[in-house]
Amino acid sequence: MKVHLKIWTQKNAADKGRFTTHTVENVSEDSSFLEMFDILNEQLVEQGKEPIAFDHDCREGICGMCSMVINGTPHGPEKETTVCQLHMRKFKDGDTIVVEPWRAKAFPVKRDLIVSREAFERIQQAGGYITARTGSAQDANATLIPRDTLEKAMDAAACIGCGACVAACPNASAMLFTAAKVSHLNLLPQGQPEKDKRTIAMVETMDALGFGNCTNYGECQAACPKGITLDFIAKMNRDYAVAKSKQIAKG
Amino acid sequence: MNLDSKIPEGPISEKWSNYKFHAKLVNPSNRRKYHVIVVGSGLAGASAAASLAEQGYNVSCFCYQDSPRRAHSIAAQGGINAAKNYQNDGDSVYRLFYDTVKGGDFRSREANVYRLAEVSANIIDQCVAQGVPFAREYGGLLANRSFGGAQVSRTFYARGQTGQQLLLGAYSALERQIALGKVKMYTRREMLDLVKIDGHAKGIVVRNLVDGEIEKYSGDAVLLCTGGYGNVFYLSTNAQGCSVTAAWRCYKRGAAFANPCFTQIHPTCIPQHGDQQSKLTLMSESLRNDGRIWVPKKAEDASKNPNDIPEDARDYYLERKYPSFGNLAPRDISSRAAKEACDDGRGVGPVVGGSRRGVYLDFADAIKRDGKKAVEERYGNLFEMYERITGENAYEVPMRIYPASHYTMGGLWVDYELQSTVPGLFVLGEANFSDHGANRLGASALMQGLADGYFVIPYTLPNYLAQNGAKNIKTDRPEFEECVKEVKAQIKKLLDVKGTKSPRHFHMELGKVMWENCGMARSKESLEKALKLIPQIREDFWKNVRVVGDEHSINNELERAGRVADFLEFAEIMVLDALNRDESCGAHFRIEHQTDDGEAKRNDAEYSYASIWEYAGPGKAPNLYKEPITHDEVKPVVRSYK
Ligand SMILES: Cc1cc2nc3c(=O)[nH]c(=O)nc-3n(C[C@H](O)[C@H](O)[C@H](O)COP(=O)(O)OP(=O)(O)OC[C@H]3O[C@@H](n4cnc5c(N)ncnc54)[C@H](O)[C@@H]3O)c2cc1C
Ligand code: FES
Repeated sequence: MKVHLKIWTQKNAADKGRFTTHTVENVSEDSSFLEMFDILNEQLVEQGKEPIAFDHDCREGICGMCSMVINGTPHGPEKETTVCQLHMRKFKDGDTIVVEPWRAKAFPVKRDLIVSREAFERIQQAGGYITARTGSAQDANATLIPRDTLEKAMDAAACIGCGACVAACPNASAMLFTAAKVSHLNLLPQGQPEKDKRTIAMVETMDALGFGNCTNYGECQAACPKGITLDFIAKMNRDYAVAKSKQIAKG
Repeated sequence: MNLDSKIPEGPISEKWSNYKFHAKLVNPSNRRKYHVIVVGSGLAGASAAASLAEQGYNVSCFCYQDSPRRAHSIAAQGGINAAKNYQNDGDSVYRLFYDTVKGGDFRSREANVYRLAEVSANIIDQCVAQGVPFAREYGGLLANRSFGGAQVSRTFYARGQTGQQLLLGAYSALERQIALGKVKMYTRREMLDLVKIDGHAKGIVVRNLVDGEIEKYSGDAVLLCTGGYGNVFYLSTNAQGCSVTAAWRCYKRGAAFANPCFTQIHPTCIPQHGDQQSKLTLMSESLRNDGRIWVPKKAEDASKNPNDIPEDARDYYLERKYPSFGNLAPRDISSRAAKEACDDGRGVGPVVGGSRRGVYLDFADAIKRDGKKAVEERYGNLFEMYERITGENAYEVPMRIYPASHYTMGGLWVDYELQSTVPGLFVLGEANFSDHGANRLGASALMQGLADGYFVIPYTLPNYLAQNGAKNIKTDRPEFEECVKEVKAQIKKLLDVKGTKSPRHFHMELGKVMWENCGMARSKESLEKALKLIPQIREDFWKNVRVVGDEHSINNELERAGRVADFLEFAEIMVLDALNRDESCGAHFRIEHQTDDGEAKRNDAEYSYASIWEYAGPGKAPNLYKEPITHDEVKPVVRSYK
């Protein structure tokens, strides 16, 4: 098949950036979207032009590196699918496809379709852990964890940290990401001792980093390749309220 | 070359305790004077960096992705082994040790393997304490499943994302240390050289992948945790950025490379769809519990709709050849059998490069027997993944599978302390050669990476540091300048060729040669052919590669070109090693050495050793050394899966 592409290109963070147009022919419909990009880049190299820079690594939907907004939707049209797992059979011969980077104040563009997601690291560092020094753990079966609790924590832990939720949100809010991280640990018995501290630190760090507020659009949930749901945001809001009121009570 | 493996005295079960007691320690208040460089943030690197920082050392950690959480350990699906014996089914440290030695076809060092089995139980404790959500039973206890090559249920798992959950555990410990200022994390950096001072590893040179700056970092020791080299085949289940570069550059600085020809091929991957394919995706081997593997008996039927091929025209070749193991025959055996069927012209699926490379994995009988719902419950997510990639519904037409390069047992040689032949350079995880011999058992790589990082290096590294002292080395020394100059020269050389073919073109070409001649089955003839072809590709590369863009900004082409250049050199010792090892063992199958029914035939009298290759200088043949592998505990037997 043949596709026309309108791709955001930007030399570096200082450059203003622009759309460039390209046509790629003889794409197999069994190719992945990124394989189509490989062909485009080979084509550009052949013409002595610089290829389009994009992030990717595992190409199996788990590392969270790939990040493209396709026709306005982060990761493209297929539900719960990262762009590396999106295949060309989901497009029609002759389609024009618009490709842009994640756009958010907290995710500055580094080049073309590559952005910096350093802000996510900061949120994680603020409290996204359970303090468990190596060597000091008790037997793994010493604390029983009901299966339902475990499964719920696992639902949250499935987040791959790609940032599609931020890219999808009209406010560029990072609530879904932060909620997934907070909830994974807050749901588990091991996560209880640091629960309040963690929740406050992560939420406040998120706010300080320039992410927008959550006004319940729900676009994040729709864009999430791992099916993380809005329930976790509600849960984090509750955990935050509780932690805050305790903090105030303590003075 | 000093190849003392430093195996401690005493009976096998006491060696590690003996070692720990006799190893030198660094006093807690002195630890902050030391600086440790950790390259890699996968299970091995992240666990090591976090644990050493907790002990009080200052750590700098490097990865090429934009976050340490994206290291390729993230992609592991199946599970992690540990000798917990939670199922009360007869597991023990000794049994895990025994299974691993046997699974490795008697080519691994027993003392290392025993230690691995010994610390395995602590790994699970550690991970659970960090919040890793391993699957549980209704009563709240941890669940287990069984995995290939074992008769006990010792595998812990977290849905199909065991690797991601384990890595998130190690990563969260790492992030905590970053926040505390004990670890400085450098992302989007690619290590391009090792700096030695007075013969010891004391620093690294990296390229900042964002602004192209060549940066230098010094430390009192360097830990290499950079993963495997499966991408030498171009197509593999590895991530796009996985490479041999870090290990190879250390090799060229004197770190010996062991058993490079031991590479594992996984039998159940989704076949290649065509020439545009960039990577192969693995599907859990558990599918073989219910799927039946077959190809048409006659080559003419290969292009037919499988549902139109009658039962008596199908060849269920694994069931036919291995009646007792059937479709569950070990990885290497079932991979080779698939290759033979396709070589025979009976492969199915699209024609790629002149032949059909796929076999059917058919669930029709399972669906008839247990119902679609039962099959969906067991494998629903895999069927979905298969459909996403191939566009086919495996409830209606049989899946197609084909083997793919998956894991590399070979790696930089290390002694019992995980120290390479360069003092001060330690190698952890898939990057070293230590524990899996000629073949790795499923769910044992995650275990090894975390064992190395959480429980081995925190004891063995201090032994080195205490004896060598904190040096507080500055990066303005001439040794650093020299390295930087060489790295820059190599980059300039790549950019200056200005040829006509892309780096990817050469990678594909190399991959084809390696897959055909040094893949699942190897012969003297095929290996000699590869030894002729590889230098030709390399020569062509240095004449005709075209690297567009410049070195001062993000340049994926330049990165790829550097990695391909290293693969083009590395491939040669891989083939030399396969040629030298004139026996079949584990995943290394020399067609000259097989039993009457096509099984690998080991030659313990002549090849019970690890082959260790030493760099001899540009254009010179490497030197081969041998570390004898002795079997004091587990007497070698013939593997039989009939
Ligand atoms: C698809 C798949 C499924 C698997 N499933 C299982 C399973 O179920 N059970 C099991 O036990 N094993 C499994 N394995 C194997 C296992 O996942 C790996 O062997 C293991 O995770 C490797 O960990 P590591 O820490 O050594 O390396 P990796 O996780 O690969 O990490 C390498 C690190 O090094 C960095 N790096 C590499 N080169 C450089 C450089 N030049 N400069 C700077 N940084 C660099 C990378 O950025 C990364 O951080 C699987 C492997 C694959 C590919
Ligand atoms: S490349 Fe890893 S999730 Fe897409």
